[in-house]
Amino acid sequence: MELQNKKEISGKVTTIGFILLGVGAILIAASFMVNKERAFFDYLIMYMFIISIALGSLALVALEYLVGANWSTPFRRISEFLSSMIPLLILLVIPVILGMHDLYHWTHQEAVETDPILKGKEPYLNNQFFFIRLGIYFVVWFLFFIAFIKNSKNQDKDGNVIYTKRNTTLSTVFAPVFMITLTFCAVDLMMSLEPHWYSTIYGVYYFAGTIVAAFASLTLISVLLKQNGYLDPRIGNDHFYSMGTMMFGFNIFWAYIAFSQLVLQWYADIPEETFWYMMRWEGSWKYVSLGLLFFHFVLPFLILLPRSVKTNLNRLKVMSIWLLVAHYLDLYWLIMPTYTHKAGLHGPVFGWNEIGFPLVIIGLFMIIFRRKSTKNNLMPVKDPKLEAGLNFHL
Amino acid sequence: MINKLINIFKKVNEDQNPWKDERSENVYAVAALFNTPNEIIHAAEKVSGDGYKDFDVNTPYPVHGMDDAMKLKPTRLGWFSFALGLTGTLTALSMIFYMNGIDYNNIIGGKPFFNFPPSIPVTFALTILFTGLTTAGVLIALFSKLPWLNNPLLDSDYSKATSQDKYGIYIKSSDPKFNQSEVENLFKSLGSSAVSLIYDSKVNEKKIKTPIFEAGFIKILIGVAIATSAITYITLNWLIFQPPFDWMVLQPKVLPQEKSKIFADGFGMREPVAGTVARGYMPYEYKGMPDSVVKLLSNPLPVNEKTLLTGQKRYDTYCSPCHGNYGKGDSRLRGQFPNPPSLLTDKLINWTDGNIYHVITNGQNVMSSYAKQISRDDRWAIVHYIRALQRSQNAKDSDLN
Repeated sequence: MELQNKKEISGKVTTIGFILLGVGAILIAASFMVNKERAFFDYLIMYMFIISIALGSLALVALEYLVGANWSTPFRRISEFLSSMIPLLILLVIPVILGMHDLYHWTHQEAVETDPILKGKEPYLNNQFFFIRLGIYFVVWFLFFIAFIKNSKNQDKDGNVIYTKRNTTLSTVFAPVFMITLTFCAVDLMMSLEPHWYSTIYGVYYFAGTIVAAFASLTLISVLLKQNGYLDPRIGNDHFYSMGTMMFGFNIFWAYIAFSQLVLQWYADIPEETFWYMMRWEGSWKYVSLGLLFFHFVLPFLILLPRSVKTNLNRLKVMSIWLLVAHYLDLYWLIMPTYTHKAGLHGPVFGWNEIGFPLVIIGLFMIIFRRKSTKNNLMPVKDPKLEAGLNFHL
Repeated sequence: MINKLINIFKKVNEDQNPWKDERSENVYAVAALFNTPNEIIHAAEKVSGDGYKDFDVNTPYPVHGMDDAMKLKPTRLGWFSFALGLTGTLTALSMIFYMNGIDYNNIIGGKPFFNFPPSIPVTFALTILFTGLTTAGVLIALFSKLPWLNNPLLDSDYSKATSQDKYGIYIKSSDPKFNQSEVENLFKSLGSSAVSLIYDSKVNEKKIKTPIFEAGFIKILIGVAIATSAITYITLNWLIFQPPFDWMVLQPKVLPQEKSKIFADGFGMREPVAGTVARGYMPYEYKGMPDSVVKLLSNPLPVNEKTLLTGQKRYDTYCSPCHGNYGKGDSRLRGQFPNPPSLLTDKLINWTDGNIYHVITNGQNVMSSYAKQISRDDRWAIVHYIRALQRSQNAKDSDLN
């Protein structure tokens, strides 16, 4: 059967992307001018969300090679295009570094000197080592990204199996590297917002949210492409059912990890641990915490449970957007309490200051996706697994 | 040894097998075998397309696309699982709520009696248990219609073939469209490698008594019981004291009554710091003082239903074993201790509340102090209840007015 991947994605996507990016950038600029500190925290949320999608998508690419999956081969390019954000991460981190003094308490030298706990953590939490670690993450991610994409792209020319083998070997190395770098990245950028607090499961928690977000964005884009006729007609319910199941499964995994973190600290009831949860329980933060439980886990669990939802494209689209918003809320819940606590507010803040950041995320991904999709095939056309993937049936 | 056990089992079965394969003249189904999955899919499509309802397919492994080919409706099993899982969730939550929150309050680490975080693991486990077990049960009972041990398909060449490398389909004679020769021709035209007739079984399942207590079975049962007991005995008495299983037991902490190397006086158990009082604890200042001083203490609690009910509960728990349910001194201890005096005598009636409280707190003669077991307020509540007992057990006729 002739592969339908000649059709080009409409240029409107780029136009809308640039409009969103422009509006978002203006709002962000205004936000920085009005309240610099708050804007830095919002920016960190946005940055972590972009890492989630970009790196999570690369992890999905690696996962496919690692386990030898067929069903996701027709969609692998979508994940590859999304992970093309990785080189931009280096540029996007600059505002985080500029705002370090506002974001991270441990950068305040005078506070570290008088605080024995921070003093003890100083060999790890200091500016030089922080920059070195960030540098290592970016280099590692960038190199793996380049290698994966290059092999995948070269295969489009001659369909040589050697590229699949190379990427499979690469993914066995990437799997542990990805977990370790993602864990330390989450600890450095988010957990160190509260340098007195620690949770050894924090990296897994962020990983769980990352994979849910990566699957949700993959599902969303696949459904949109399918509904607009860009995908091969053989891609059908069984493929989308599989995506819905992965999203559903990892969402339960997220809840499991979130609960594991909570229940241990709840049981131990030690003040140096529980204050982190108390910050998320004071005032109206309580409703955000409970809302996260229901919005991220309970409702999606019940909605995604029946098979009929996972095979219905419109419902699947709604649920993937839902889970992306839920992941954004999750990051907001992780990062923002530090700001409101410092600012003496006993509740979450949300206003026009926050609106610009999600717009920029959507805009950036739209532009990058369209750009990559015009330059490359929307499907790995000569991948040896493609035929099996297209004819995949449960 | 295992072979020997199996042989015992087999021998018994062969000697008196009530399920001997005897077939009647009635055709149960017409069955056909195919060699490839594509053929069986095609056959299933054709059979369901021709309007047959009462047919089924047997394959050595799940064949993709079979549900569509057979025109099967989505199974309702999921709804059963969901309902039963929900039942498990609610059972666990209500069970924990009743046990920990109402019936048997236990203070653990100063936490609320009932709370969600510690209840989740049990709820999670019970949800899975209910879903798993009952789904299997529903699957077996409702969908597979088991127990049905004399299914005519059993012990037929057809079943032997489909459990190895052939793909089989059969149409039951109970199908409204069933016509033996038509069905046979249909299967042959589809290219079946073997069409066969399957006859009804003669065995009437209801009339057969399944022998349970056979000699061989009893032997196995006894063997398993002895092995299990021996393993349990060895595990509990020897194995758990061997490393590494004893690592949980050997902890560098001080147990009650143990010596300590840390403190100069060598005692592991410590006195409270001088001049401090534990939270919620009020020291009793009249310890060992004569009655004349204690007499002046007055009961701080009001006499009302709540106080009296508390007093009754604590009295029944702590006082009644010796003093009797009504305070008559009729102990339930049956001579293991000397019987205590009655609480209804004139001497006790004339005592002040403070005096009774003092005896409960401080002890007297054989009776030891109950200050550790009963809180201060509950002791005063008991005093009220003893007063009520004294009044009720010395009731006069005039009280009836």
